[in-house]
Amino acid sequence: MTSPASTDSVPPQLSAGPRPAPGPAADEGLARRLRALACTAPLHDLDARKANLAGEYSVYGMAEVALAAIDLVTLNMDFDTGADHDQIVARLIPRIAAQAPRRPVAEHERVARWVLENLINVGSVDRGFRAVYGTFAPDGTYVRRDYDFKLIEEVPGPGGTVYLRTTDEAVNVLVGALDTDVTSAQIAAEVKLEVLINRGRLADAQLAAEQARYRTVQYSETLRRALEATRRNVRAVDWLNTVPDMIAEALDHVADRYRHENAILTNIRRARDESEDPEHKRRAAELVDIVKDCIRRHTQLQSRLLEAGPLFRAEQDRQAFATPLATSGIDLYGHLLAPVLPLPLERAVRVTDSFFARGTGLRTPVSVRVGDLVDILLTPPMEREHLGAEMPEPDLIATPDDSRFSDEQLAAATELFDLPADAPRRLSGLLAEARRRDPDLPYLVALLAVHAASPPVGTAYRQGEQKLLFAVDDGTELDDPEFGGADLVVGTALLDAVGMAADRTEAA
Amino acid sequence: MTEHVEWSEPEAPASSAPAAVTPADAADAARLVAFGLQPKLQPARDQEYTELLRRYREDPAFARLADAVATGLGLVVLEVSPRAGMAVTAAEDSVFAVRMGDYARRTSADGGDRFLHGLAHLAVATLAFPRPEDLADDGYIGRVTVNGVDAFVRQACRRLEDRAEQQGENTDPATDAPGLEAAWRIWARRSATGATKDARRLAGSTTGIVGKAVAFLTDSGFLHRTGDDNGGTYRTTSRYQLQVRDMAGGAAMAELLELGVVPVTDGTAGLVPAEDTEDLDLVADAALPFHS
Repeated sequence: MTSPASTDSVPPQLSAGPRPAPGPAADEGLARRLRALACTAPLHDLDARKANLAGEYSVYGMAEVALAAIDLVTLNMDFDTGADHDQIVARLIPRIAAQAPRRPVAEHERVARWVLENLINVGSVDRGFRAVYGTFAPDGTYVRRDYDFKLIEEVPGPGGTVYLRTTDEAVNVLVGALDTDVTSAQIAAEVKLEVLINRGRLADAQLAAEQARYRTVQYSETLRRALEATRRNVRAVDWLNTVPDMIAEALDHVADRYRHENAILTNIRRARDESEDPEHKRRAAELVDIVKDCIRRHTQLQSRLLEAGPLFRAEQDRQAFATPLATSGIDLYGHLLAPVLPLPLERAVRVTDSFFARGTGLRTPVSVRVGDLVDILLTPPMEREHLGAEMPEPDLIATPDDSRFSDEQLAAATELFDLPADAPRRLSGLLAEARRRDPDLPYLVALLAVHAASPPVGTAYRQGEQKLLFAVDDGTELDDPEFGGADLVVGTALLDAVGMAADRTEAA
Repeated sequence: MTEHVEWSEPEAPASSAPAAVTPADAADAARLVAFGLQPKLQPARDQEYTELLRRYREDPAFARLADAVATGLGLVVLEVSPRAGMAVTAAEDSVFAVRMGDYARRTSADGGDRFLHGLAHLAVATLAFPRPEDLADDGYIGRVTVNGVDAFVRQACRRLEDRAEQQGENTDPATDAPGLEAAWRIWARRSATGATKDARRLAGSTTGIVGKAVAFLTDSGFLHRTGDDNGGTYRTTSRYQLQVRDMAGGAAMAELLELGVVPVTDGTAGLVPAEDTEDLDLVADAALPFHS
């Protein structure tokens, strides 16, 4: 929790005395800045509290990890859901590991989870933060107010899963000064990006591209909310002018950005391919990824926009053309829910209490006779007889073991193929080594090597394998007394398990 | 069943001269009320129940007797019909009434939680019967989902937040007066869901609170669970419609009026937004949403 402001007693405001506040407008600005300041407090708090953790954690920069976490969640927020908890932890670990490379991975993971849980603020019932700040009311009295905010919130996903989303507050903390028109800010960022690329300043260009991506995410988040409202309620939204205008505007925006980003993409690709400097090349490649991601998000946004029209028409059919009924009675939303929500809590609770008391139905009270109770308590637990008849013992016939190779041979072959990723070997060498161990082993080795020539890439991808055995024919003839064909180069490829997991979730 | 044959005999004299109520009549009337106390029991599934319902409708003396038994037990008869059965509900302070303190712990200590639980019930009813027509139409079957209810309330809260922002209001409550915080903020700032160690819904989150409400209403025979999508999907029963229309809605309205809040809508069409009540145009179809 963020600590409240100092609790010094506030000097009483004398109505006759000079007004201490410079005016409501200035005070409002101050309140806004105080709230913005409060949003950063949980991050500072992490570094202050890491000393209280059991163990030596001062080596970790918790605020840095927290900002990285907010970054990751923001970038992984999809249109429908949010970021996956475990995936964020997995992606945080490299940075944490870099901070303290000698510590065990389990500890890195613990740090990642600790930071993430603290950003959600798991311990509090609201799962949020509260800061206290003071303002002057119009009549000059000093009022302390509670400011509640969240940085990362948990939202329900399909199938009962829980996803993470960053809140507007967090995005504001992260990027700063986003209190501007989204569209124009994006255009500005992209113009800047183009200029930077043309001048070859890729480091700055990457920064601008990332900013552009944050804005893209924020833009689609704004639109997602607007569309959600539309979906919920056709008449709450002005379908004559406002929404069609908004959709048209958004489609224009998508088309515009798409064209723009494709142009940028072409530019960067050229920069990537022409550049001699490997650092430039790497940065350009990263930029390509970022811009591609922007394009993907725009496409997603566009498909959403196209769905809005048919959705509206279906709802319109259902609602507007139904036979009208003679209505009387209560409109639950207009008469009850809508008027209750703006009331102060102590008054609103009277209405909801009244609804609860009459709206929940009845419960028949449970009463227990002492006689029954004694019986129940003394009855031995029921024998479980509902398991059905006893199964006859199956009559098993031992099948002769006709495997061509024994388990030991397989283990020996697997050991041979356990090659370091940076040192592939020739099949001929492997065969020779196998022959020294066991005259039968070369057959198994040859078999496995031939299989590796067509490695099960798809399966490894789906199952998130860490590494994969492969074999390549480079044209060399195999010189061996027992086998003929190509002298394959056999090696182990390391796979990016985290990246693949991310791809799979995106594809799903 | 034999009872019915036995007791249908004296019906003929009953119509000519007010027959004295026999203990057996009283037993039958009480039996009918006892059926009504099992809200999940379908009248069509039980022949004795069906017979007693028929007798209630055809024999006014028996009907009065059953009503009297119900009243004496502290019950209110909402409707007696083949579709809803003997729909009774608890009168205020009856032993059958549900108390908030029994319903959920914490509520006595925390006014916010108490409000959230009450609001969840109101919101479920609102989504189940989004338009006044739906509440009035006996044949209407409403459908709700847990996530849908939460999203719908959040949407309403967001509109209020936007409106407050446009008017430049500072809605942050004063620190020492939590009771003066605007009600919508309580819902808005509670998290929608949360990861728990045993993969169950976080009880204190808003979806947890709505989930509790629909589960309770299902036990009351007011909702039927139809699926697991969106946190659980449910459809309404005719009893729920009666309960909301005849009991809960009116009582809550009366309370609201007592607070001096007079909601302005014209009775016939909540569909047409009034000129200056900006948030009321959400009214009727605020809920229509959940297609899927």
